[in-house]
Amino acid sequence: MTFVLTCWTVGLSVLAILWQLGLRFLSLLGALGRASALWASAMWGLPGRGDVKLVIAQIYNVGFLSLLIIVLSAFSIGAVLSLQFYTQLARFGAEDAVGVGLALVLLRELGPVVTALLFAGRAGSALTAEIGLMKTTEQLSSMEMMGVDPLKRIIAPRIWAGLISVPLLTAIFNMVAIYGGVVVGINWLGVDPGGFWGGMQEGVEVYEDLVKGMVKSGVFALLVTWVAVFQGYDAPPTAEGISLATTRTVVISSVLILATDFLMTLVFYGEF
Amino acid sequence: MIYFGLTACPCNGKFIVPGSDSLIEIDQLTFRRGDRVIFDDIDLTIPRGKITAIMGPSGTGKTTLLRIIGGQLKPDAGAVYVDGQDICAMSREELFGFRRGLGMMFQSSALFTDLSVFENVAFPMRVHTDLSEELIFDLVLMKLNAVGLRGARDLSPAELSGGMARRVALARAIALDPGLIMYDEPFTGQDPIAMGVLVGLIKELNAALGTTSLLVSHDTSETVSIADQVYIIADGKVIGAGTPEALQQGSNPMVRQFMHGEPDGPVPFHYPADDIRFDVLDGGS
Amino acid sequence: MRMRTIEISVGGFVLAGAIALVFLAVQVSGARSTGTQNSYDVVARFDDVAGLRERAKVSMAGVTIGRVKSIAVDLEWGDAIVTMAIDGEPGNLTSDTSARILTEGILGARYIGLSPGAEEEKLQNGDEITETQGALVLENLIGDFLTNLGKS
Repeated sequence: MTFVLTCWTVGLSVLAILWQLGLRFLSLLGALGRASALWASAMWGLPGRGDVKLVIAQIYNVGFLSLLIIVLSAFSIGAVLSLQFYTQLARFGAEDAVGVGLALVLLRELGPVVTALLFAGRAGSALTAEIGLMKTTEQLSSMEMMGVDPLKRIIAPRIWAGLISVPLLTAIFNMVAIYGGVVVGINWLGVDPGGFWGGMQEGVEVYEDLVKGMVKSGVFALLVTWVAVFQGYDAPPTAEGISLATTRTVVISSVLILATDFLMTLVFYGEF
Repeated sequence: MIYFGLTACPCNGKFIVPGSDSLIEIDQLTFRRGDRVIFDDIDLTIPRGKITAIMGPSGTGKTTLLRIIGGQLKPDAGAVYVDGQDICAMSREELFGFRRGLGMMFQSSALFTDLSVFENVAFPMRVHTDLSEELIFDLVLMKLNAVGLRGARDLSPAELSGGMARRVALARAIALDPGLIMYDEPFTGQDPIAMGVLVGLIKELNAALGTTSLLVSHDTSETVSIADQVYIIADGKVIGAGTPEALQQGSNPMVRQFMHGEPDGPVPFHYPADDIRFDVLDGGS
Repeated sequence: MRMRTIEISVGGFVLAGAIALVFLAVQVSGARSTGTQNSYDVVARFDDVAGLRERAKVSMAGVTIGRVKSIAVDLEWGDAIVTMAIDGEPGNLTSDTSARILTEGILGARYIGLSPGAEEEKLQNGDEITETQGALVLENLIGDFLTNLGKS
C-alpha cells in the first residue's frame, strides 16, 4: 500500500516539474517567436536613403562610443597574454613563439568573444534601456500615431549599426591587443622582433584564423544586437521592467556568445 | 440614428455621409485583452468641431479607445468610422494618409528624447510633407508661439518641466493642422497654473482651428469646464452620455458617484470583508 | 550633438576598423598579393603520412615552394596519395625529385621536403614523384630500436 502511495506521489511530483519546465519552455518559444517577428518586421528590405543617416547616428552611439573600453581592454589583454605566454615558453627556450601564440589565440577566440562580451555589456545594455524607455514614455506609440513605423525608424538602424560595428570593433581589438603584446614582449621582455613577427606570419593563416574569427564575430554581432533590441522592445513598460530587461540582455547575450563560440570552435577547428 | 444614405461602406452595410455632423461613428465596438472584456458592444458618436470628453474610472481602457480610433489596435468586433471611412479596413498607405490628419497628445508627452524641441515639432512635417526648410522653420515657430514656447525651441526635452513638455507635445500634435486631435489624460499631475494654461489652450485651439477634439481624462472639473459633450465609460459599457450639465444632474447612481467624486456608491469604499463586529470579536483567531 | 561631428566620428571609426583588418591580414597573417599566383599539381605516394595535414608546406632547401593540396588513401595498396600545389609554372622540378615527410623541430608540424634530382626532364602538371620516404613515426622507431636491442 505504501509502495503504491509513494509511486503516486513521485509520479505526480515528476509530472509537476515537467509541467513547469514545459511551461517555461513554451514561454521561451513564445519569446523566440516574438523576437523573430521583430527581426523580420524591422529588417524587411534594406534601409532607404533617408535611413542611412539614422544608421550612421547609431553606429556612433553603439560603435564609436564603445571604442574606449575596447581599446583599453585589448591593450591590457594583449599585454597580459604576452607575458603569460613568455613565462611558459621561456622554459623551453621558445620565446619567439609568443608572437604566433598571441596571434592565434586572439584571432581565433579572444578577439571575437571578448569584444562581443564587452559590447553586450556596454552597448547592448544601453540599447535595451533606450528602447525600453522609448516604449515606456510612449515615444514608439506616438511615432506610430504619426504614421511612422517605429520598427523601421528606431529598431532597424540600431540592428544595422550593431551588425556593422561589432566586426569592426573586433578587428580593432585584435590589432590593439597584438600591439599590447608587442609592447610587453618585444620592448619589455626582449623577444626578438624577427622571430616574433616571422613566427606569427608563418603560423597565422588568412582563411583559417582571420576569416573564421571574423565569421565568429559576425555571428556574435547578430546575436547580441538581436537580444538587446528584443529585450528593450519586449520589456514591460515600467522602470522595474526596463532594469530587469537590461540585466537580461547582458546575461542572455553572454551565455549565447559563449555557447555559440563553443559550437563554432568545434565546427571550425575540431577534427573528426 | 438615421443615416441619409449616399455612400455605402465596405462592411457592415451601414450608410455614412462624409461631412455630416459626426466625425467619428463607433458602432458595436467590442475589444478584449486576454480574458478581460475592455469594451462590450459600445456605440459612440463624436460630433464634428466640438470638444468631446471620454471619462471613466481608471483602467476602463480610455487610452485603448484612442488607440483603436488611431488604428493602432484592431477591435474584435464592430467598426470605427472616421469621416465615413472604416479605420479597420484601411491599408497601410490609407492609414498613413489618415494619420496625417490626426494629432495626438500623450499622457507622458512622449517627446523624442534625442531631438530638440524644434525638431520634435518639425517631425510630423518632415514625415508627411516635402516642405522646404524655411517653411518648416516658420511653421514650427508659429506652432510653438501658439503654445507660448517659441523661445524654448532649442532646448532638449530633458530640460523641460512637465507642463512645458506637455505644451510642446500639444504644439507637435497641431503641427499639421489636423482635423482630429486626441488628448490622453492631459491634465494628470499638473500644477494649477499649468492646468489652467492647458485648459485654455485646448479650448482656444479647438475654436481657432475648427478641429474636433477628443479628450480622455478623469479630472472631472477641468474636463467639464471645456467639454461640449461627455461620455462616461465603466465596465466596458457607456453608462452616461450627454452635456456636462445633464450628466451632473443625472440620476444614474454610478454617473453621480463619478461626476461628484463620492467616495462610496456603486463603486464601494470597503474592500469585501466580513461584518466588522465579527472580525473584531474573533480577535484575529 | 551635431550631425557633422557624428559623421566624422563614424567615418574615423570605420576607417580604423578597415586599417585594423588590413593590418591583421598583412602583418599578422602574412598574406601576400601572390594569392592568385600560378601553381601546378604534383602527386606523391607515401607509405605513412602520420601527422601531415592539408595546407602543410612543401619546401626545398628550407624554402617554401608550395602547399599540400589534398591527402587521400589508396585502399588497395595501402598507400597515401598526397597532391601538392607547387608554385610557378611546370618546369622548375626535375622528374627524379624526391620527397620526404619531415618534422619542424623535434615535436613540430609535419611538412614535405623536396630534394632535387639530376635528370634533364622536368615534372609536369599531374606528374608523380616516385622517390618518397614516409614519415618517421616515433613508435615505430622505438619498436625497431627495441627489436634490434633484443637481437644483439
